[in-house]
Amino acid sequence: MLKRLIGNFRWGVLPVPGRLIAVIFFVSLFVLPLISGSSSYTLFILAFANIYVIFAVSWDVLSGYTGQVNFGHALFFGVGGYGSALLYKYTGWQPAVTIPLGALIATGIGLITCLPALRLRGPYLSLLTMSFPLILVGVFMSFTRFAGGSYGIRELPPIADSRLAQYYVILIVMTVSVLIMWKLTDAGSRYIRTGLIFHAIREDEITARATGINTIRYKMLAFATGGFFGGIAGALFAHILTVASPPIFSLTMSFQVIIWTIFGGMVSIYGPVAGVYSLFLLMDFLRGIPVIAQHRFLVLSVLVIVMLLFMPEGVAVWIRNKIERECPRCKLTNVAWRKECRACGAHLH
Amino acid sequence: MFTLILVQTLVNGRVYDLQAAGLSLVFGVGRIVNLAHTAFFVLAGYAMWSFTRALGWGAIPSIAVTVVLISLAGVFAYRFLIDRVRQHAQAVLLITVALAMAIQEILLATFGEYYRTSERLIGGQTVILGTTVSNEYLLVIGVVAAVIIMLWLLLGRTKLGTAIRATADDAEIASTMGISVPRTLMVTMGIATGLAALAACLVGSLWITYPMAWMEPLTTVLTIVVLGGLGSIKGSVIGAYMIALAELLAIQFMPSGPFLAKPFMLLVLVIVLVVRPGGLFGIILEEERL
Repeated sequence: MLKRLIGNFRWGVLPVPGRLIAVIFFVSLFVLPLISGSSSYTLFILAFANIYVIFAVSWDVLSGYTGQVNFGHALFFGVGGYGSALLYKYTGWQPAVTIPLGALIATGIGLITCLPALRLRGPYLSLLTMSFPLILVGVFMSFTRFAGGSYGIRELPPIADSRLAQYYVILIVMTVSVLIMWKLTDAGSRYIRTGLIFHAIREDEITARATGINTIRYKMLAFATGGFFGGIAGALFAHILTVASPPIFSLTMSFQVIIWTIFGGMVSIYGPVAGVYSLFLLMDFLRGIPVIAQHRFLVLSVLVIVMLLFMPEGVAVWIRNKIERECPRCKLTNVAWRKECRACGAHLH
Repeated sequence: MFTLILVQTLVNGRVYDLQAAGLSLVFGVGRIVNLAHTAFFVLAGYAMWSFTRALGWGAIPSIAVTVVLISLAGVFAYRFLIDRVRQHAQAVLLITVALAMAIQEILLATFGEYYRTSERLIGGQTVILGTTVSNEYLLVIGVVAAVIIMLWLLLGRTKLGTAIRATADDAEIASTMGISVPRTLMVTMGIATGLAALAACLVGSLWITYPMAWMEPLTTVLTIVVLGGLGSIKGSVIGAYMIALAELLAIQFMPSGPFLAKPFMLLVLVIVLVVRPGGLFGIILEEERL
């Protein structure tokens, strides 16, 4: 077992810079509080970043892989948060119970929204999905006694007592969620076909259907996945802020996730992770600098525009294409500066 | 009461349909969803405010200069930003959002967060069916009707209009027939932002402008465009009235109306899309059919 793991690392991870970076990244996230004794503010911000990672990756699964571009992903985020908060308000259960239940409610909402969405595509689908969180927020705002109106539901219990424990809980949830979504969308997998089918639906839905794939079922699966993980992220978000209020349904929230994911690179799991970590942490860093702090959104938008002009496929994808190269014969990934493929010896050029 | 609702519906509908027509045109011709469209509307509102209040110009020159400036801004935005990433649909989406955010932040830095209204275009009131209606409302209704008819004539009767419609129909065939597709797109973008600018000039004194004012109308305008069917001017005009009426009825007659106006409006959209997946008058190309 251990030998196989080491073998995998030696031959599967070390020679591929992208995978090596991913492994180093996750390991450093786990050991960061241990070695440097980071301040509780850093841990708090990183916890937020990890929540947004779950959110962005779930958007990428639904909109990037399956191609159902969702402009209202904040719906799942908000339903997860509000679901968990309402359950706490009316039953008094602990976060460990209400967060998964909130995520399940968001899954249900995902399945309900996909009923009208299954008939639509392209911009029509995007605009339809954009409308759902705005409808729901109006409903929550007008039923003041049920959901607290514009103040939302306050004084939710925190996920864990200390910042450190909270950081680790969220980090573990994030790692597991990203792993699950990565495996689910892995097109080269030998055990599971969903990744390949998601790609097929995005590229050409009619052909996918003609080859005998029940595209409806897989689109529903994509919506349910997006809803579930978006809901988890939203529930964690509500509990870390200890409040679930209408802004979590806002258009800003929906657009933010799109900005992060496209900035990092769509249709890749590492893209949204890189996008959230670069943009979210950059924004937090800029907030500390006196003059730029007021204009940090201007900096952000100019940065995004410039990035898109030079690398329209996203930063992470651009970097990966610079440091990795696929062998034309055996399709194995190599370091870009190798002259010959590490497995079959074919010339790389 | 009834007349007031009617006039309000007409005014709001008119303003919405000017914006929606532009957005719909750009989508129909270039398959570009320009999320910065209402940001140009806000930009024009500020230009109008500067010209009428800060510089003290008259109504006609301010409107003319604003419309020309904003059209140029739209053309430049297309030429230097959108055109370069047009192969990547998601990059177009993001670059327009980023552009809207940049406009918002620049406005915020120059003008501050205050609410602004520009100078009134004309004063006075008229009594219609026992209700007093401000002349400004009537002016908006009249001007927009004239502009929509002119737009319709431009698309249907001129060479440029033929080029625009041909590009919308099939860009490849159009380019083999000697139409420069990038140039047509650029001109379309200029017309669209010009229409948004004109809408902003007309309601400059009726609606409040502030740097973040692009997000709220964006959802409304997108709703209208999708409801009417992307790429159809007729659809946007009819959709605009439906949405304006739904919004006003919700505000007037429903409990906690202001909160429910938007949900009610969007509910209309959901119902229309469930019944007709291409909007009311949408053009669905063969390869986009499901």
